[in-house]
Amino acid sequence: MDAMIATFLIQDGVTSGAIYALLGLALVLVFSVTRVIFIPQGEFVAYGALTLALLDSAKVPATISLLVFFGAIAFVLDLWSMRRGTDGRTFLRSVGLNLVLPGAIYGLTTVLAPLDLPSFVKALLTIMIIAPMGLYIYRIAYRPLADASVLVLLICSVGVHLAMMGLGLVFFGAEGLRAQPLSNANYTMGMLMVPAQSLWIYGATIGIMIALYVFFERTLLGKALRATAVNRLGARLVGVRTQLTGVTAFMLAATIGAVSGVLIGPITTIYYDTGFLIGLKGFVAAIIGGLASFPITAIAAIAVGLIEAFASFFASSYKEVIVFGLIIPVLVWLSLNNAFHEEE
Amino acid sequence: MKNRFLAGIAVVAVVSLPLMAAPAFADITIGVTVSSTGPGAALGIPLKNSVELWPTEVGGEKLKVIVLDDAGDPSTATTNARRFVNDDKVDVIVGSALTPASIAVANVASESSTPHFSCSPVPPNISKGKWTFIMPQDAGLIAKNLFAKMKADGIKTVGYIGFSDSYGDLWMGQFKAIGEQYGLKVVADERYARPDTSVSGQVLKLVASRPDAVFVGASGTGAALPQIALRERGFTGKVYQTHGAVTFDFLKIAGKAADNTVFASGPAMAPEALADTAETKPEGMAYVTAYEKKYGPNTRTQFGPHINDAMAVLKKAIPIALKKAKPGTPEFRAALRDAIETGGPFPASQGVFNFKADDHLGLDDRAVVLFTAKDGKFELIK
Repeated sequence: MDAMIATFLIQDGVTSGAIYALLGLALVLVFSVTRVIFIPQGEFVAYGALTLALLDSAKVPATISLLVFFGAIAFVLDLWSMRRGTDGRTFLRSVGLNLVLPGAIYGLTTVLAPLDLPSFVKALLTIMIIAPMGLYIYRIAYRPLADASVLVLLICSVGVHLAMMGLGLVFFGAEGLRAQPLSNANYTMGMLMVPAQSLWIYGATIGIMIALYVFFERTLLGKALRATAVNRLGARLVGVRTQLTGVTAFMLAATIGAVSGVLIGPITTIYYDTGFLIGLKGFVAAIIGGLASFPITAIAAIAVGLIEAFASFFASSYKEVIVFGLIIPVLVWLSLNNAFHEEE
Repeated sequence: MKNRFLAGIAVVAVVSLPLMAAPAFADITIGVTVSSTGPGAALGIPLKNSVELWPTEVGGEKLKVIVLDDAGDPSTATTNARRFVNDDKVDVIVGSALTPASIAVANVASESSTPHFSCSPVPPNISKGKWTFIMPQDAGLIAKNLFAKMKADGIKTVGYIGFSDSYGDLWMGQFKAIGEQYGLKVVADERYARPDTSVSGQVLKLVASRPDAVFVGASGTGAALPQIALRERGFTGKVYQTHGAVTFDFLKIAGKAADNTVFASGPAMAPEALADTAETKPEGMAYVTAYEKKYGPNTRTQFGPHINDAMAVLKKAIPIALKKAKPGTPEFRAALRDAIETGGPFPASQGVFNFKADDHLGLDDRAVVLFTAKDGKFELIK
């Protein structure tokens, strides 16, 4: 162990930590607004990375059929809830959102996929394919349960996670894929060699954090989300549409998941079931942040990444034990500080 | 209440009558349980695909094949195997793709005295069983060939990196058992999990221990992760990969990083490159041609041929057993088992099986070839 190895490990830890931070933020966001512990968060990462990898090999990713399929189910659910009569505007909005939007993305992808696009465009296309899935997942699985207890929502999350993982196996196959990096350049900083992809990861993480901050502090919708997070009933009483905030939270989570996937796809091999483990590490960070605090989650995520990197150097067989074992002292600390237990 | 209960019994009896009668009409019944979903899906799917290439009859008897998914889970595999034995009255069980599930199937096979072909390696206590025959190359056989190649390449110190599961332990165990005979010293033992996003820490430690070569004990595209990380960290020495890594997906992902690497493999990955005199060539060519015709070019795997080879053995053993007994009876199963033990050698795609009463592995050095990667293709090391 010398300074050289230590800097490599720190660099590696910060890179994975940045991805965990993004996922941790998405988990905190979804939980605080909708009380859903969003286990399928990792699946969006896998879907994003695999979609990008398929676009790289000029194939049409199967995720677009999945998107159309999700949209169709959401539309049927909308029709069912409109069965007692509706007005034209609601109907048209449902058609536009659930049928026209995925259809348009489907068309655009089939046209663009065989072309040799610059990798940045492919990344954007991937995010465009994955992000609306958050919307449909919310409509299909969570909106009918919006007033259920945290436990029911958690069970629902497990179901969605298993379903999405199974669909991932069907659509992407069992073997892993690796995407092309956004840029192949490497920068040398002293003795450290930093690949451009890592810089993209740091940049995107910081960018998304700033964007989230601005969104929550400066926009009406963001303030509505915060209000819902603080008190759901109170927010409703003052006229915040909690369904809208729920949709927004899920859209944001899916977008963050897709971005993470695009960022991580080129630096590692992603399988249809890799997302879960990455998501869990984001979850460790979110737990340390008490599922409430964005800054603590972000810092904890970097710490998780660093601990993971050093654990893999010193005791690679026990790496996961060390990382997930972190949760226990934190939970003990949190429960000692919470004198009363809120019964759901 | 009582009436309803009696009615229930009547319904069950009526429904199960045809089930009980069914085996009498069926000819030779084979039950296949593989993991086409779950963590072993990458291995199980090609196995399942290969079953579809089986002939419809053997030795003039119709084949009835039942394929079930066990998701790699030992308890599901047990349930599947029990179903085969109790409900379907199978003559042969094939499966599973992962070691724990295969052990579970082997236990049912030995309880019910049914011949069983395992498509994954199993520990010695299972392969010594009376009813279980092992299709894949034993780790010891592969290790012997790889270690001999290392010795020939002048390798003295080896850094090991493998999966943090039984597969990774298996290869480290081979180093401990026979590594010394080949003058090999393991200077680092590192582990990682297939879904890990980074192996930088492990690779740094490997590189820091300055080995002559690195041995990767991993399978599928998962084996590409340390391969790429090693090259990124400037390791230029030779890398040795097990037969689990020999897939086209591996080459696609590893790209340039797969240079200067030696792969052990079964001959069925490249029957084209074999000498025309090789006993494994005819079966291998026939299987690979049929498989890639059905599933597309470059879809062959290391695992699918095991299913073909089980059939290659059965094609020769079933006619012998048919002379002694009728399918669907315990006598036929016993006769079939004896035929497999004594009817060899069976030339197949992955090797020449020569099962004996005390050797249910049956393979020799003809079952291992060494490859190197060049321009996205595997090339035979002569």
